[in-house]
Amino acid sequence: MPGKLKAKIVAGRHLPVMDRASDLTDAFVEVKFGNTTFKTDVYPKSLNPQWNSEWFKFEVDDEDLQDEPLQITVLDHDTYSANDAIGKVYIDIDPLLCTEAASIISGWFPIYDTIHGIRGEINVLVKVELFNDLNRFRQSSCGVKFFCTTSIPRGYRAATVHGFLEELVVNEDPEYQWIDRIRTPRASNEARQRLISLMSGELQRKIGLKVLEMGGNAVVGYLQCFDLEGESGLVVRAIGTACSLEKLSSGSILNTHTHPNTAPASNACNSPSKDGKESPLAHGCRSTHNSPVHSACSAQRLSQNFSISVPTLIFTGMGSGGSAGKEAGPLKTLLRQQTQTALEQREFPFFTLTSFPPAFLLHVGGVVNARSVKLLDRIHNPDEPETRDAWWEEIRQEIKSHAKALGCHAVVGYSESTSICEEVCILSASGTAAILNPRYMREGCLDIGSTDHRFEEPSPPTCGFCHIPYDELNMPFPAQLTYCYHCRRQKVPDVLFTTIDLPAEAAVTGKGCLIQARLCRLKKKAQGEVNATAISNLLPFMEYELHTQLMNKLKLRSMNALFGLRIQISVGENMLLGLASATGVYLTALPAPGGIQIAGKTPGDPSNEQHLLTIQKRINEATAKNKELYQINPPELTEEGVGSPIPEPRQRSRLFRSHSESSDEISELDLSHGKKDAFVLEIDDTDAVEDIHSLLTDANPPRGFYSCNTETMPGIYNWTSGIQMFTSVRILRLNNTNLTNQGLNKIFTDLCENLLKSFYFKLRSMIPCCLCHLNFTVAVPEEELIQVAVTAVAMTFDKDQTQEKLAEKLIPKGGSDTDEQLQFPMELCADSSTINSQPSSKISGVPESTNISSRAASVDYGSFADRCSTWLELLRLKAHTIRRGSVKTSRRTQSLAHSVSSLEHSSPLPDGRSRSLRSSRSFGGSTVTVVKMTPLSFLPGTRIIKYLGIINMFFIRETTSLREEGGVSGFLHSFIAEVFAMVRAHVAALGGNAVVSYSMQDCVLMENPNKNQAQCLINVSGDAVICVRESDQDSLASTTTIGHSCSSTTDVTT
Amino acid sequence: MSVELDVFVGNTTIMDEEVYQLWLDGYTVIDAVKVRREGGVLDECEANADVVLSDTMDQYRTFQMCERLLHSPPKLANQLLFQITPHRQTILIERYYAFDDAFVREVLGKKLSKGTKKDLDDISAKTTVTLKSCRRQFDNFKRVFKVVEELKGPLVENIRHHFLLSDKLAKDYAAIVFFANNRFETGKRKLQYLTFQDFAICAGQLINNWTVGAVGPDSFVDNMVEDMDVDLDKEFLQELKELKILITDKDLLDQHKSLVCTALRGKTKAFNEMEANFKNLSRGLVNIAAKLTNTKDVRDFFIDLVEKFIEPCRSDRWTAADMKLYLTHYTNSVHILDTFKHQVVWDRYMGVIKSCIFKMYHD
Repeated sequence: MPGKLKAKIVAGRHLPVMDRASDLTDAFVEVKFGNTTFKTDVYPKSLNPQWNSEWFKFEVDDEDLQDEPLQITVLDHDTYSANDAIGKVYIDIDPLLCTEAASIISGWFPIYDTIHGIRGEINVLVKVELFNDLNRFRQSSCGVKFFCTTSIPRGYRAATVHGFLEELVVNEDPEYQWIDRIRTPRASNEARQRLISLMSGELQRKIGLKVLEMGGNAVVGYLQCFDLEGESGLVVRAIGTACSLEKLSSGSILNTHTHPNTAPASNACNSPSKDGKESPLAHGCRSTHNSPVHSACSAQRLSQNFSISVPTLIFTGMGSGGSAGKEAGPLKTLLRQQTQTALEQREFPFFTLTSFPPAFLLHVGGVVNARSVKLLDRIHNPDEPETRDAWWEEIRQEIKSHAKALGCHAVVGYSESTSICEEVCILSASGTAAILNPRYMREGCLDIGSTDHRFEEPSPPTCGFCHIPYDELNMPFPAQLTYCYHCRRQKVPDVLFTTIDLPAEAAVTGKGCLIQARLCRLKKKAQGEVNATAISNLLPFMEYELHTQLMNKLKLRSMNALFGLRIQISVGENMLLGLASATGVYLTALPAPGGIQIAGKTPGDPSNEQHLLTIQKRINEATAKNKELYQINPPELTEEGVGSPIPEPRQRSRLFRSHSESSDEISELDLSHGKKDAFVLEIDDTDAVEDIHSLLTDANPPRGFYSCNTETMPGIYNWTSGIQMFTSVRILRLNNTNLTNQGLNKIFTDLCENLLKSFYFKLRSMIPCCLCHLNFTVAVPEEELIQVAVTAVAMTFDKDQTQEKLAEKLIPKGGSDTDEQLQFPMELCADSSTINSQPSSKISGVPESTNISSRAASVDYGSFADRCSTWLELLRLKAHTIRRGSVKTSRRTQSLAHSVSSLEHSSPLPDGRSRSLRSSRSFGGSTVTVVKMTPLSFLPGTRIIKYLGIINMFFIRETTSLREEGGVSGFLHSFIAEVFAMVRAHVAALGGNAVVSYSMQDCVLMENPNKNQAQCLINVSGDAVICVRESDQDSLASTTTIGHSCSSTTDVTT
Repeated sequence: MSVELDVFVGNTTIMDEEVYQLWLDGYTVIDAVKVRREGGVLDECEANADVVLSDTMDQYRTFQMCERLLHSPPKLANQLLFQITPHRQTILIERYYAFDDAFVREVLGKKLSKGTKKDLDDISAKTTVTLKSCRRQFDNFKRVFKVVEELKGPLVENIRHHFLLSDKLAKDYAAIVFFANNRFETGKRKLQYLTFQDFAICAGQLINNWTVGAVGPDSFVDNMVEDMDVDLDKEFLQELKELKILITDKDLLDQHKSLVCTALRGKTKAFNEMEANFKNLSRGLVNIAAKLTNTKDVRDFFIDLVEKFIEPCRSDRWTAADMKLYLTHYTNSVHILDTFKHQVVWDRYMGVIKSCIFKMYHD
């Protein structure tokens, strides 16, 4: 019995009135874990009950601890009839199972009901006592840390990156079980929520086991998805990257640096890293370069690989057992897992990471993409999810062979997704073919002790990753190669598409921008195999067109590379939607893109010529405007000091068709084959005209705004701390039944453009600001409906202080937290000014020596001489900070006094309660901790000092009074707000003050306005963290943030 | 093609103060969009009509969802649904509880009942405040009234703590509650020239000096009496009857007059009128005092002040300075009257009367 779970129910507040007669509620609480249930006493006649219960103790296996959530149900006692449920709270205890994460869960949780939404709050304390379990056949994987973040989490160092992890579990969807016909919607929703909670717990545990097996201690870039396959069942699948992480920032970790081999042993989490040398990936890395080379990036190639697989009767065996396959013989499961992991690790050198430690990524080949159309059939045996496994296996093989074709041995920035419509399912996988540094990986395993210096190597050439990994004479796809404009030694392609973030050390000219390709294709309604064939026939054309659009838009902006490319194809009953988003940049190492040239099919027609000229003029104007807007000014790059980037004139004219060239030359180009990269737009029919118009209608962001879908905006480094994360959903109904492809395209494009315009307008008070990580998700929820959901974060930056990046980056090196910054300002400054020579660790102890050097490498944008002035700037800044800081503190205490007194006056409650309120959170007078959320892996201006665990939540909300709740918009608006609130509450209860790498994986809305009903499912995830302010540079700095740092630091110390 | 659904939810709730005001003022979404467009919002950030409409609808929805919380402002600080900065919370509350002077003038002193609520459309038509806004304001008055009605302790403090309002607004609400509770008549034609602020200051004086709570913490060990600031001090009102001697005792009246006149002579142009009117005015003020034991007469307090004192003075063209001078001497001279034994009551009475008249003596 390896664990004891303890829970205590303290109090409730703002409960709904359950008894109309008295306008009060007689509330009590049921606490359930596994099959054990405890109850509190009834607290009669109060909307703010004080249960103050004993500690309820559950003695459980750690396997259960990982799988099961703690289930808290608040009920209204009724003497004569059945007790009414007020609502529930599910608490995931996983964060408590890892010694490095949270130690206690304590705080106010919204009481959630799937029909009524949030109904008051409940204050709960949860603790776990784990006993050491030496059973080596254990099924649990307690202690493996999970991160949604797709980079090495801050404050950690990757000793080894082991490789790809994948797992899926399947079950019947409770909504489609026979019992659903007789139970209430609430019961059905709750069954579903509980099942998914169980399934994701199980999935996480299984992934954890794989990690342990590979010798890792953490999963980075963990991505979990649900496939609601309707009748066929429910699939929960996850991918991630196994790593051995070492903590950098806590004081005791000095040990790890000096004796890395012994230190991990003392820590249960780290121990497996010893056998890291068995990492299968190390072998996988060796196979490079000799592979045959052929196309992977081009759409044509993909078309050959679309397969329809009609499910056969592979599913045999017994009916479903109900609860997620735990009944399966443990040994058998283990065996399967063992063989699988071992095999697959060799098979798939994939990484879900999108940004890497310096020197990790050697070369990038290009985007690899695979899709497959499948017909769903009922999952007959949830314990044997082999068909789904096989499907993904197939796709991954495809990806792997594409990567090979590009001369690469690994795939980075890897992700998988599905789109389901009725029984048809499109499985998609994409990533970036790359060559990783094998030395890095192998040495990391073999020789941990002496690996630290690895990080202190000079940063790789700012152009290294652009150099082609494939054989020049045997290129996988047609591309013009030139010598690198940066080092002049290696060949680079003319354009580069990737799914990863821009490497921090990459040299970029100007700023980047969001580039989207949007496409709608009508298709006939059909069933079964015919439908699947139709879809899979359409897919290659869609890929091709999206690719063309991307390329054209890239050229129009005078850029030469795409990062964070994500191509989504969504299937509906009568149409397919394609949306490709990426961030375009001008990589200094790559040649300047030529302009876009218009060519007509019928030369000689004067009116046509005239028309072409007009269009050409408009395009040229747009290109010039864009160059200015994004500050793309290639000659500037001479200051980087690496030779002359400008090639000899002769070579240039041969390689690039600039827009000034005459159309005669253009006609020499053979358009019939090869040139998929579309420099030349040929106008031969109305479609092409439309295309060009749509190319030109894409509006640039208004002044003061930038946008990108990567972590941060290439070219902006001086972030200030103002952030606003948001989710926006828009659904269009196409009433017009006889729409053409063009019409649809226009509607879809307008929808996306208008959404962006709305964001700019709403966030105009934050100017200058950048919308980062703009993540668009399209869906066709019903016939005639197009849904677009966007989650992104707006971040403010300082327009003027271009040197601030240096300042900001250097401050943390002082290695102190906010408290210290306020108290010992001079010491800090003195400290940071000597940092270059010796990065010392201060009292709070941040021996980030390795980390710092790696950062310093990425900082090298300014010239070295500038540093002196930066120090002055820094000093001035700090002085300012301190002054302002003290003012703020006093203001905060004031408001604290105020709200405390208001609390006492407002609630006629016993003293004990208000005291417990205040003591439960160390944060100020209000009991609500401010929790920041961001889809990025960091918060600007702050330093993450602790990761508290993964947040992975699934909610269902249903209503039968849609009109009363303000229609679908009102319904979804409050649901999203509720989801945010629940995420924040969980993070706060873990002692955190922020969520990083937040994402909304699913938002499935079903409505039936005629019946006044709607239902929505939302799945969100992220990493709960504690962060402290690095500096106090911007005027937007809120008093609350100082509050956090105070609260969080106390949290840490206590 | 139509937009079926359109939402935008920020982790920190985004609220545009301009839109909030439009919402509070009871504009429909369409009207609000019109106002915003006329205000030039389209020039910001290359917005178009759709963008403004979508933004306005989003904001309106947010405000509607928040409204429930605004009904008990302390909840706003402790709720989890919306993450709103404390500064923003204060603005939201303050604005929600703000009211139009034109509207409050119409309901001041009226019973905050269903009956009055039915008349709101008339008031709306008269004041050009939208009906929706009238309802919100009326409901605010009623809500505050109901909450503080059952509470012990000082009125202004109670309002401030239960509704987290600024000092100024809490005082205004205290006045509204005080007027509603005592049902002071404010609607008569003769009182029309008085603004809400005039009344609010008078109410403040009455609350601070004439109520049970006014006597100070010493008189009540626990300092916690129900309605201590809402009801006038009954004992005091009884004692006021004693002041009658100032006009019934002829000697005392003459003595008082001569003292006042001596002091005023040569100091004002209106001296003659003051002298001529002294007895009349004194009778007026003392009679008001003596009658305050009747609830009916309490209601007519302000109208009486105007009729018995302010109007006669105004017809004699006293300046505000004259008024100040006269009342100061009128009050202080009584201290010299040896035979008059009710100095404390007199001061408590005249202190308030003086301030009220100063405030009310204008065009």
